[in-house]
Amino acid sequence: MALVYEEAKKTIVDFINSKAKNKSKFYFNDFTALFPEEKGRDVKKILTQMINEEVLVFWSSGSTSMYGLHGAGKHADGED
Amino acid sequence: MAKHKTPLLDQLESGPWPSFVSDIKQEIEHRYANPKGIDYQIPAECPDDLLGLLELSFVDGETHWKHGGIVGVFGYGGGVIGRYCDQPEKYPGVAHFHTVRVAQPSGMFYKTEFLRQLCDLWELRGSGLTNMHGATGDIVLLGTTTPQLEEIFFELTHKMNNDLGGSGSNLRTPACCLGESRCQYACYDSQELCYQLTQEYQDELHRPAFPYKFKFKFDGCSLGCVASIARSDMSFIGTWRDEIRVDQKTVAAYVGGEIAPNAGAYAGRDWGKFDIQAEVVDRCPSQCIRYEGGKLEINNKECVRCMHCICVMPRALKIGNDRGLSILVGAKAPILDGPQMGSLTIPFIKAEGDFSEIKEFVESVWDWWMEEGKNRERIGETLKRLGFARLLEVTGTAPDPRHVKEPRHNPYIFWKEEEVEGGWNKSIADYRAKHQR
Repeated sequence: MALVYEEAKKTIVDFINSKAKNKSKFYFNDFTALFPEEKGRDVKKILTQMINEEVLVFWSSGSTSMYGLHGAGKHADGED
Repeated sequence: MAKHKTPLLDQLESGPWPSFVSDIKQEIEHRYANPKGIDYQIPAECPDDLLGLLELSFVDGETHWKHGGIVGVFGYGGGVIGRYCDQPEKYPGVAHFHTVRVAQPSGMFYKTEFLRQLCDLWELRGSGLTNMHGATGDIVLLGTTTPQLEEIFFELTHKMNNDLGGSGSNLRTPACCLGESRCQYACYDSQELCYQLTQEYQDELHRPAFPYKFKFKFDGCSLGCVASIARSDMSFIGTWRDEIRVDQKTVAAYVGGEIAPNAGAYAGRDWGKFDIQAEVVDRCPSQCIRYEGGKLEINNKECVRCMHCICVMPRALKIGNDRGLSILVGAKAPILDGPQMGSLTIPFIKAEGDFSEIKEFVESVWDWWMEEGKNRERIGETLKRLGFARLLEVTGTAPDPRHVKEPRHNPYIFWKEEEVEGGWNKSIADYRAKHQR
């Protein structure tokens, strides 16, 4: 079943918000687990669109990358 | 004049090797002198504060860099490694000190014009310090501030026709040897394959979707100038499947001393006369060479492509004509599970046309790893955890004796029902007809 962007976006944002107490950054695999029937590449397309719409932002340690809600948790702007 | 006293770093300069401390000091003087009158977009004191901060780390015995943050420019999930200093008041020049990874050209061929543009850009918008090249292979531009990132990216892409490299859980910037452009040993066009896969997998390079980092490296032959077998998750090593071409007359010329062995590499000292038995035949790891009656014979079936004989007598022995490459999977440095070399997975594949067969293999490996790999697990660790047989299964690769790394190490073979003739449901009567209880 093909992913519908708005529905998938809501699922992702709801998931992040449900974990917001403990975590602000998530691995790619955390999102593929939300859509077990879908291919990783299709989930990636949704995430990329959310990045482009500035709903999500990337975070990286240099070796590992994660995704988080824009403005949530410790982020680059907060480092200044 | 440098503003920080750095006695501990100064001591590093007294060693026998060129010192990065001396290099940075040179840049400090250059930036303060500013002979070209550049309107520096980040503090001129950046390299000065860098040495000051490093001295402080030596004194304290701990780092003063904070980890993580900025990852790139808008829409990119890699290419920039964010670094922030935890002593910004004392060292304002390195309050931000982001690293920018820039994709290097295949084989690292540059026009001087490009290098000038790059240096001009980095003097204006960065610290002036570079690392050509980092362990990843990229052009590494060391130290800039957040507001400069988009500006640097614009210049790189619009004026220099270049792009950021990979970092984080992305496909890292693929790296290759100089291949057929200059090397007679290249068994395939490593530069072309590197370029084509870089173009094909742009999305994987710039937007993370893997459990962890993933590296491609391309060696044109088994001499391995980019050491792909040890340094890349997927290693492409040139090979041939026919025979080493032997020119007996030229072999005789080497033996007779008319041509210097190893292209004259051992000519500077008293190495003695060339001894083909000791220097070629006895050095063959699979003992497949014989030199008798002035004739060199190679049992190509046993040859393991180490290429030692070819290197000693490059004018007499040449790589075969039926060329392609081997693909190995799973090399990595320590961190989680200890270092590993790549495991031979595809013994031979042709590297021609649009490389569709190779891409098909790459994608089958990625699909598996993306599904089964744990967070921060390299493919080599997934391979070890789930077994090599599983990799063969998901990539549709037929098991081959060349996959066996250590014979008799693990004699247990787990058969699946569909692999056994008649499945598990066999007649007990048939069995008892041959075997007593």
